[in-house]
Amino acid sequence: MTIVRHELKQGRTAFLIWCGCIAALLGICIFLFPEMKGEMDTVSEMFASMGVFTAAFGMDKLNFGTLTGYYAIECGNVLGLGGAFYAAIIATDVLSKEERMHTADFLLTHPLGRVRVMTEKLASVLIRIVLLNLLIYGISVLSMAAVGEAIPWKEINLLHLAYFLMQLELAGICFGISAFLRRGSVSIGLGIAVLMYFMNLIANITESAKDLKYLTPFGFCDGALIAAEGKLDGVVLAAGMALEALGILAAYLKYPKKDIA
Amino acid sequence: MEAIAAKGLTKYYGKTRGIEGLDLSVEEGEFFGFIGPNGAGKSTTIRTLLGLITPNRGNAKIFGKDIRTQKTAILRETGYLPSEALFHPGMKVKEVLRLSADLRNKDCSAAAEMLCERLKLDPSRKIDELSFGNRKKVGIVCALQSEPRLLILDEPTGGLDPLIQHEFFEILRERNRKGATVFLSSHVLSEIRRYCGRAAVLRDGSLIACDSVEALSRTNARRISLRGEAVLEGLEGIRDLKQTGDGVSFLYGGDLGALLGRLAEGKISDLSVTEPELEEIFLHYYRKEEV
Repeated sequence: MTIVRHELKQGRTAFLIWCGCIAALLGICIFLFPEMKGEMDTVSEMFASMGVFTAAFGMDKLNFGTLTGYYAIECGNVLGLGGAFYAAIIATDVLSKEERMHTADFLLTHPLGRVRVMTEKLASVLIRIVLLNLLIYGISVLSMAAVGEAIPWKEINLLHLAYFLMQLELAGICFGISAFLRRGSVSIGLGIAVLMYFMNLIANITESAKDLKYLTPFGFCDGALIAAEGKLDGVVLAAGMALEALGILAAYLKYPKKDIA
Repeated sequence: MEAIAAKGLTKYYGKTRGIEGLDLSVEEGEFFGFIGPNGAGKSTTIRTLLGLITPNRGNAKIFGKDIRTQKTAILRETGYLPSEALFHPGMKVKEVLRLSADLRNKDCSAAAEMLCERLKLDPSRKIDELSFGNRKKVGIVCALQSEPRLLILDEPTGGLDPLIQHEFFEILRERNRKGATVFLSSHVLSEIRRYCGRAAVLRDGSLIACDSVEALSRTNARRISLRGEAVLEGLEGIRDLKQTGDGVSFLYGGDLGALLGRLAEGKISDLSVTEPELEEIFLHYYRKEEV
């Protein structure tokens, strides 16, 4: 567990910053809800008549006047994008940073074996994602209680579970990419997260591109759909978990044999 | 037992040659020098032995263990100092040393404390604040603190002041006397001469000489310095010819009678014949056209 502890310590500041930012934005959104819910009838009508954008963000399926509808769209975007960026960045960086910072000579000449190094690094990514989601879930629920709203447990739990699984899928794919990279990992991680996000928007807008949702983890965590239907799309989720497994498998096939620059 | 045994070790980076057909044998307990010009393949050899890169052909064993299939077992007995010692940012020296010990699953605190004291390294300093030389010291302590059977040191003295260099080699000698094998890659020939029993010379990815330092230093060539005029054109065995004001200086390994004949025909006011410096001898290994 030495590398897990080392990675968690190295990534502590970034974790606190990302966690603090996402939690603060979610908290602000929730604290604004009581003030905004009275105006949401007109907002819902307006959002429902925005053509392709309405479809892209699933705004025709929800009532913004309810906490569930408001949370799925407003808070869902904050948690969805924030969590996705964080997961993609740390997973893309976790292996490649050793070559980028020229610390691979130090780390990989200790008697551990690359598979163990990878496994501990992957575990550190998963631990950070779990902690981020637990903290944010706690802050969300506490914020809802603080503003005196009844907590829609089922929808909130499903939404947070979906975002957690989405981050795991992105992390798996980016971990695979990390094994092939030598440098430039942060921008690549961000780029992948943004690409996946827009793939989902395109899948929502265009009927002919709807199969793209199987390729992007945002496909199974569409807040509007989850809140409206009360369940996750099992097929899209299974496709996502398969992609995650492929990413991790690719890393385990590549990294043990990789020439370290 | 052989500490290092390489046979036909070959590594290409795409089409670029790293090392080719390298045969190398280092016995356990040796203080072995590894020398060659930049780009000769010294670091490629070391990185291949340590499993950081995989050879295209050939194989090598360290203490009888295969570098492809028994990497972890090899690294358990090997301490490595890279030519550029870099560590994770934001850490203190003592944290890096503890991390290195933990990665070996060993308590090296006593050895680390002793080494830091001898090398005048403050363990409470932050790595980011250290000079190149002090970072090198951190690398040295990491390599030595677990008291490995084999030490692989790539350009270890760069950035170290002469007093610390002296102390560092004292530590290496002590370890060597206790049975550790030292594999020292260096550009500094005086280090090789002073400390190594045997050495290998690498050029263009191939081993061109491997013998005792004494045998490698032995040569029939002499440094000839003369003042005056003499026609030297056409004489075979002249290298490193330099004009020196009113005369010339050169290394001569040819027929002495032929040289003396030419000098007798010229106008020579002064002549000295000396043994060449070790550096001069090794330099001819480096230069392809002169070997």
